[in-house]
Amino acid sequence: MNTAASDTAKPKTSRDWDLRAVAPFIALALLLVLGALANDNFISVANLSNVITRSAFIAIIALGATYVISSGGLDLSVGAMVAFVASLMILFMNSGVIADPLLMLIAGMALALAIGAACGLFNGLITTVGQIEPFIATLGTMGIYRGLTTWLSQGGAITLRDRELQALYRPVYFGEVLGVPVPIIAIFVTAAIAAFVLYRTRYGRHLIAVGSNEDVARYSGISVKRVRTIAYVVQGLCVAIAVLLYVPRLGSTSATTGILWELQAITAVVVGGTALRGGVGRIWGTVCGAFILEIVGNIMILSNFVSEYLIGAIQGAIIIIAMLVQRSLSRRS
Amino acid sequence: MMAAPSEKVPVLIEARGLSKSFGPVEVLHEVGLTVRPGEVHAIIGENGAGKSTLMKILAGTHAPTRGEIRIDGQAVQFSGPVDAEHRGIVLVHQEILLAPDLTVAQNIYLGRELPKGLTVDDRAMNEGAARALADLGSEIDPKATVGRLSIAQRQLVQIARVLLVPHRVVIFDEPTASLTPFETEALLKVITDIRAKGVGILYISHRLPEVKEIADRVTVLRDGHVVATHDVSELEPADMARLMVGRDVSKLYPDRQAAAVQDKVLEVEDFNVPGYARHASFHLNKGEILGFAGLVGAGRTELMEGVVGLRRGSGTVRHLGQPASFADAQASLKAGIAYLSEDRKGKGLLLLKDLATNLTLASIGKFVRGLQIDRKRESEALDAAIAEFDIRTGRKDLLAGQLSGGNQQKLLIAKMMLLDPSIVIIDEPTRGIDIGTKEQIYKFIARLAQEGRSIIVISSEMPELIGICDRILVMRSGEIVGEVTGERMTENDIVVLATGVNPGMTSGEAA
Repeated sequence: MNTAASDTAKPKTSRDWDLRAVAPFIALALLLVLGALANDNFISVANLSNVITRSAFIAIIALGATYVISSGGLDLSVGAMVAFVASLMILFMNSGVIADPLLMLIAGMALALAIGAACGLFNGLITTVGQIEPFIATLGTMGIYRGLTTWLSQGGAITLRDRELQALYRPVYFGEVLGVPVPIIAIFVTAAIAAFVLYRTRYGRHLIAVGSNEDVARYSGISVKRVRTIAYVVQGLCVAIAVLLYVPRLGSTSATTGILWELQAITAVVVGGTALRGGVGRIWGTVCGAFILEIVGNIMILSNFVSEYLIGAIQGAIIIIAMLVQRSLSRRS
Repeated sequence: MMAAPSEKVPVLIEARGLSKSFGPVEVLHEVGLTVRPGEVHAIIGENGAGKSTLMKILAGTHAPTRGEIRIDGQAVQFSGPVDAEHRGIVLVHQEILLAPDLTVAQNIYLGRELPKGLTVDDRAMNEGAARALADLGSEIDPKATVGRLSIAQRQLVQIARVLLVPHRVVIFDEPTASLTPFETEALLKVITDIRAKGVGILYISHRLPEVKEIADRVTVLRDGHVVATHDVSELEPADMARLMVGRDVSKLYPDRQAAAVQDKVLEVEDFNVPGYARHASFHLNKGEILGFAGLVGAGRTELMEGVVGLRRGSGTVRHLGQPASFADAQASLKAGIAYLSEDRKGKGLLLLKDLATNLTLASIGKFVRGLQIDRKRESEALDAAIAEFDIRTGRKDLLAGQLSGGNQQKLLIAKMMLLDPSIVIIDEPTRGIDIGTKEQIYKFIARLAQEGRSIIVISSEMPELIGICDRILVMRSGEIVGEVTGERMTENDIVVLATGVNPGMTSGEAA
């Protein structure tokens, strides 16, 4: 599935596509070297594990975005969806309908996953059955999810009130298993599942086919609408998983939660080598892209040459540079 | 080898010992040819013989690896297609490269608009376009939007655009590939007119009778070599085919015993596809090869797409005697009805994916073990398909888009046959495919029928339908207007039905 796109009739050599698939990892390695030169503390295990932990939200959301983008779609609503799902989850857990804290937590998490999936399904149905351009459809739902969150929170914050529940939930973000922070495990487990489904299963094959050429997929008896809709549901589930990690971190959410996360998620996907036009999905590249974004920010904070207020500008520049690099690599092959 | 009388005429453009390599592969080898003023020099050859590469070198798109191009006896080197254009060498592309939302005049003058102060001079451009089109014997309105024109009209606009440049040599790359017989006749007349002005013409085509009709000289390419250059009077289409393929292909169509089982596997009654087909009724017998003839745009493709659920349509369909209605291709494929699109590159294959992925795309369920796709079995299936359908690929890890047109068609057939369909509908099975591969495709189709499958073939090439079909239905303007069988399966009978008029002409075909 990892074959590179090539329009030329020249024989394909394995080196051509290796270069493009490997490019994000080379960039990551270069960044690590640069970071080590800029600040001695950068390369420490504590710092790096901290950075990767913080990248978990974007990384996991970007895994879903890899599915949507590979299928030829786009989802701009993920940042708003994070805020919306987190709000409903906390409101539910504050409602006290279940007395036992553990059961309540499990129910709250299940609810978050269900709401995430439902939000994704809604996005998917609007674009497939409603036949609205994904850009417009998810721009609309972005407004809806964000607006509903603002209304639920009355413009302020929604905070998890039950102390016992907070204590119980806390390890999901701050805990460690065998010395590895839970969010890092979450990234790799989610990515492994995503990679398996995308590269090894029938659905993954169909997804890539739909993203490559919708007509070919349709004429091959593949239900394009179903495949695309499921990709949006996967995105919704990934958003929900990110929410599961996000809520215990601060124990609260607000109307401004997750603003511009859609941009970061799309940047991570593109930096990771997934084609924005669809048909090529690189799961591990996406994870790498999310790390790159977080590490760039970290280096900026640790070193003193660039103001950390410029992070947004730097991230914007990264997506453009990544596209230029991809373009020049594909031209060479 | 060249004819004596023309030797005194000066040469416009000459290629000497042109070779071209892409990496280690040499696709053109020591090719030489000349074009004189006022002659049509046809280049024929199978797909992959090097025709396009040769044209691209002559038009300045590629630089030759070795050899030289001479214009008026002077060696030249083109820096690019624009340079070639400045020297009077222009190329009419096979594909229509026009902006559909702009008008005819805007397209003709695209990139070289006539200025008028700070704006463009629309009036002058409309007049210029009208003149250019009138020169081609056409009355297309320069203010019409290109998207509303027929393919043939667009082709004329494209030719008018090219001819706007002062030109001495015009290269036509398969200009008639998507034209109807009448449109082809009209285009050939246009080319004859251009020739009469002393312009040299290089004409690439697969259609040998057409070459016989229009060309003065013919150069045959095979595997990058010039096999022969002859005056056209010395060659019949059958000779051309033999030279192209390198062996006798007089027997293009396979022998088959008519499998006349009167057992209807598919019955379609009063089927309508809005905008394309009306009140279509037909049936398909078991083991039969049923042809659908008609002009381009007669609604054949749309009717079939409607029946298999790829397009909205309504009517009664009975499959094996049972009422059936297919919501999409998934449903019709499940019922054992496979439709192979005429648009192989756009609807048949994923050009940027490898061969195995394409092969198993429609039948991936058969290759899943547990949750996982069994890559080893996929690879074995590819080996089997390559052997069974003679897919010629140097390496198994090529992308589908890197195969030649003929091999793409074989891969598409292999892909659909993995589903083991009982009814196979093939749309334009040999469009853009060279004669050697055509012969193979016909054999495959005959074999499928022999195996008891029922086949529908849609084709605009009448000789091919006559050659392989048991029965031919003819469509005109969205309706099935008649059926020809047995003795009446002649080009003339089909043309009369397809056009509604008797043109009083038929053309032969290489066979």
